[in-house]
Amino acid sequence: MSATATKPRTRRERSPQPARSKPVALDSREPGSPLARLTAEQLEQLGREFDAIHDDVFASLGEPDARYIRRMIRLHRQLVLAARALLLGSRRRPFWLAGTAALSVAKILENMEIGHNVLHGQWDWMNDPDINSQSWDWDTASPAQAWRHSHNYEHHTFTNIRGKDRDLGYEIMRIDPHQRWYPIYLLQPLYNIVLMAFFEWGVALHDLNAGAIRSGEKSRAQLIEELKAIGVKARRQVIKDYVAFPLLSGRAFKSTLAANFTANVIRNVWAHSIIFCGHFPDQTYTFSEDEVAAETRGGWYVRQLLGAANIDGRPLFHVMTGNLSFQVEHHLYPDMPSSRYAEIAPRVRDVCRRYGLPYNTGPLRKQLGTVHRTILRLALPGGRPRPKPERTMG
Amino acid sequence: MAERGAVPTVPSGRRRALGLLRSFTSPLRPDDYLELINPLWSTRELRGRIERVERHTAPAVTLLIKPGWQWPGHRPGQYVRLGVEVDGVHHWRAYSLTSDPRRADGCIAITPKLVESGKVSPFMFTSARRGMLVRLGGVEGSFVLPDPPPRRLLFISAGSGITPIMSMLRSLCASDRLQDVVHLHSERTVEAVIFAAELHALDRRHRGYRLHEQITRRDGRITPAALEQLCPDWRERETFLCGPAGLLAAMREHWGRDGDPKRLHSEHFQPDAQLGSGEHGAGGMIRFCASNIEASSDGTQPILVAGESAGATLAHGCRMGICHSCVGTLRSGRVRDLRNGRVHGQPGEVLRICINAPEGPVEIDL
Repeated sequence: MSATATKPRTRRERSPQPARSKPVALDSREPGSPLARLTAEQLEQLGREFDAIHDDVFASLGEPDARYIRRMIRLHRQLVLAARALLLGSRRRPFWLAGTAALSVAKILENMEIGHNVLHGQWDWMNDPDINSQSWDWDTASPAQAWRHSHNYEHHTFTNIRGKDRDLGYEIMRIDPHQRWYPIYLLQPLYNIVLMAFFEWGVALHDLNAGAIRSGEKSRAQLIEELKAIGVKARRQVIKDYVAFPLLSGRAFKSTLAANFTANVIRNVWAHSIIFCGHFPDQTYTFSEDEVAAETRGGWYVRQLLGAANIDGRPLFHVMTGNLSFQVEHHLYPDMPSSRYAEIAPRVRDVCRRYGLPYNTGPLRKQLGTVHRTILRLALPGGRPRPKPERTMG
Repeated sequence: MAERGAVPTVPSGRRRALGLLRSFTSPLRPDDYLELINPLWSTRELRGRIERVERHTAPAVTLLIKPGWQWPGHRPGQYVRLGVEVDGVHHWRAYSLTSDPRRADGCIAITPKLVESGKVSPFMFTSARRGMLVRLGGVEGSFVLPDPPPRRLLFISAGSGITPIMSMLRSLCASDRLQDVVHLHSERTVEAVIFAAELHALDRRHRGYRLHEQITRRDGRITPAALEQLCPDWRERETFLCGPAGLLAAMREHWGRDGDPKRLHSEHFQPDAQLGSGEHGAGGMIRFCASNIEASSDGTQPILVAGESAGATLAHGCRMGICHSCVGTLRSGRVRDLRNGRVHGQPGEVLRICINAPEGPVEIDL
């Protein structure tokens, strides 16, 4: 559960990176965080309520849940087989289209509903050696175990704390007006498009943690080790999609290669869009280190709640986002099987309503729209936090 | 890391072919796709399919299991680690193999007794079906019949202690070596005797096999003193004893005093003694060299538990010394095996951290 998942595990992890750039003071019109409105007692009570939701779900995990993830894994593998078979005939347009579509869907499911969630340890309770955070590897450029550190530990512990959560703009973008402006950010609308298309490679490099390398916190030896792991993983990924299957297609070499490339790009754009909608829409708050000093368990929950945003949609859409359309629930309970987020969402929303807290959500076009507007606006100096919804209605 | 089944013996040509296919399946393995067709084809771990479920009149159930790959074989008396999924969660248990190792159909059998308060045996009792899959771990155990078997044997069993003895009897019978066996078996009630029909049939048909059933509710327990009457030549027999701790202790003492302890071979019900039954020392500091975490144990906590409470993430499986998921290399220091109190440890020794506690400061490569 979150309490243990976020517990510092090793000495290296206990000393997170210091802030690289000093936060910039903003004028007093910055909207006050709802976090400040709650009393210590309220926070404690709220912590207990959120704990209870977690415990209820974990007490009821069982056979139907296990069947769900197994079915999902089977579906992914069947889709891959179908896609690869179709693409053997990729010189014919309908085959190319069907194969590319199936492969894109397969890769999206594998990365989002399966890989991301298995690597979070959401299915470790099954004690199944094949569906386990320690042994899983996914169909993307980052080696799974490096990603687990940068994502599960760094991002999920320090969510939206400026200077500590490296996922806030991924160290290459200015996504929050508190972040200091540098001229390079003028180019961020452009390189964001490149990042979108090659997102998996961006994530792999992000896991290396350039900041820690520069500050000398990460040793050369460790860097070389991590680069090697990326090299091995990248080589396998490239061989599979751009050598092995194209060769197997014989005369369709080029069209299969193009199909595989397209599927990777589609997956990358989709993952980028969903993930950027998780923390960067207008509704979300960021936090200074001072605000979260001496944070209690209840405070931790509220920060997760305020720092994340959901995307409205139907069940199929939720599965295709790996249930990250329930980013709020995911951040409250990163180790809970994603298939349960939809079911607890009303309870989470109810807690928000009763404590006068916002429950951030909106349709995809709205969430994505505000994200891209922010990327454009903050490419220029200045800017201030967008107005926030005050509380949950209904 | 969750416990996994044993690596099956797969023809090397097939392994090489699968290795080549990995370029197409990475990061998955060809296995992952083959398992869509038949999960028994996994080359990563040995699995088995339940071929038959026999419910006994006694509260026990026999599962006849066909391993996916050729059974590596076992010696009569050994046990197998078996993984089953109960309500979505994998559980591992050790069960004595009750089958003759050389069955023509290549199947193996286990006969769990119902433990009402348990998790796995009630499941097997009510839900095991033909066609169900199980994971098969390693075969272990030193409570085995020598090869060739001694001519004159005495078996003493009680309750589900019959299960390893059954494999021995079946193997002796199949190889026509059931020449002079006395079997003293205790059970609380007549109804609870596992394999009753088979034992009685054996007793009727084989001149070389003599069965004495002791129904303890009616007749009281078998005592060492009763041996003189039930099997007067017990001193001249190679004896195999399996049952609860009290019976084991009484008989061991008797053999130690009156017989030849080397001729008594025994096993407790559970293949492994409970942790903590051995002596423990004063403990010590533990340094995990790979993660650079330090922990301390008071002597009762195994290295694994001490490390976990200090925040280390350590791979583990059974947590009772069976599966070897948690092993690490000792760099320096001595450790104590909590199962039997034995102090050991040389630099470079590979340790199971779930059953060893530090005996003074230790460094371990984990």
